[in-house]
Amino acid sequence: MSSCTIYKRELSSYFSQPTAYAIIVIFLMFSLGLTFTFGEFMRVGDSSLQWTFFFWHPWVYMLLAPAVGMKLWADEQRTGTIELLGTFPVSTWDVIIGKFLAAVTVWLIALFLTFPIVLTVNYLGNPDNGEIFAGYLGSFLVCCAFLAVTMLVSACTRDQVVCLIVSVAICVLVVLCGYDPVTRELGKVVSPAVLEGVVSLGVWDHFRSLNSGLFRLKDFVWFGSIIFVCLLGTSAILSAKRA
Amino acid sequence: MSAFARKITYPMIEVENLTKQFGTKRAVSNLSFTVKKGEVLGFLGPNGAGKSTTMRMITGFIPPTSGDAKVCGISITDNPHEAKTKIGYLPESAPLYNDMTVVGFLKFCAAIRGLKGTAKNDAVERAIETCFLNSVATQSIDTLSKGYRHRTCLAQALLHDPEVLILDEPTDGLDPNQKFEVRQLIKRLGQTKAILFSTHILEEVDAACTRAVIVDRGKIVADGTPSELLAQSETGSLTDLFRKVTSSDTGAAA
Repeated sequence: MSSCTIYKRELSSYFSQPTAYAIIVIFLMFSLGLTFTFGEFMRVGDSSLQWTFFFWHPWVYMLLAPAVGMKLWADEQRTGTIELLGTFPVSTWDVIIGKFLAAVTVWLIALFLTFPIVLTVNYLGNPDNGEIFAGYLGSFLVCCAFLAVTMLVSACTRDQVVCLIVSVAICVLVVLCGYDPVTRELGKVVSPAVLEGVVSLGVWDHFRSLNSGLFRLKDFVWFGSIIFVCLLGTSAILSAKRA
Repeated sequence: MSAFARKITYPMIEVENLTKQFGTKRAVSNLSFTVKKGEVLGFLGPNGAGKSTTMRMITGFIPPTSGDAKVCGISITDNPHEAKTKIGYLPESAPLYNDMTVVGFLKFCAAIRGLKGTAKNDAVERAIETCFLNSVATQSIDTLSKGYRHRTCLAQALLHDPEVLILDEPTDGLDPNQKFEVRQLIKRLGQTKAILFSTHILEEVDAACTRAVIVDRGKIVADGTPSELLAQSETGSLTDLFRKVTSSDTGAAA
């Protein structure tokens, strides 16, 4: 119940300020722009959207997801409203869940607004819509994981800019460490076991298998544990800061 | 009912050996006091004496290093959720969500306190009237002047008609008219509630308090009704008593 109240407040604050609109518009411009330019949508004829459309999502998220999440705790700490939250009869978890879901909702709306591309491939070809759905699910989970990381960083600082820079840096690392050109170079200097470890830490292994419609348990465990550990860390940091 | 309520004077706030240690610095040291129903306790002391830290511990924002505070008999360390429902709290800097309107903010606070439907709307309306916020009710909070911001945060503390009010420098930054109004409000609310409020304006002791304690470096150094405190002072001035019992951070007063 209280997380629902927090959720509503956070969500309306995204939309009462330009934040959500700016991010949604930029996301649509980049994700669809890249699809039609570097993704070569018209030439490749990939109706699953895996390489032309979804491939760009982690790249865009690593820069934009922290912009949505950076204010979650940093702003509360800067303005002192955290003292109000801390003395209301609500648990820290209620607030964490409410805030996280509000940020997630902004991205759900952004993802939903990419629907014209789905209509387009259905008009032009004969795609497997289940596979497209799996692509969306993978994309959504990557976004949730990045938001959770941002929330954790946001709990550590009262400065939104610091939060943005640190979260982007972490997300860039997670994106790069499983990216093929990087792993190829890395493979030349480290042992295969280490390389495998690095790849499984990165986002691509899990994102791609979901993209291709493969529902592997380990991918859900990877996304689930990143989100869970980050939210748990947020709670721990907030309690430690007060003590 | 109100005459009866004034007669029973059991402690609504009980602070027992409250201690807070920040690293090597002891901000609050073995502090004990009680506030009864119908009492307005002025919490005086120089800056950095531990007033805000004590209030933050009583309201459950920070956990005490040792000791306990009970609100209406409910321990804030053992049962924080229930104890917090009994408290209305105005933090020092009157923090608010700047992106909301006054009404929106108060509705949010009422909802989080578990109020719904007409009960919520009535509570918001009452708080707006009590704190004279009618003229700015639909205004965005970031356009408000300091006095209105303070009163909006005070309104938030009154929404659920709490039995205990904890106000951290409620008159700080207000103009003389607003100060007068807030003191009158505290006096009026104090008849049916237990109020703990901090200040370093000594005139407020006479104007609003039924009792006052002076804290210095985390310890109580004087305690009594305004007239008792005046009697303790050799010159009959609260300022002189305050300067005598507290230490100056500049070291100029010897």
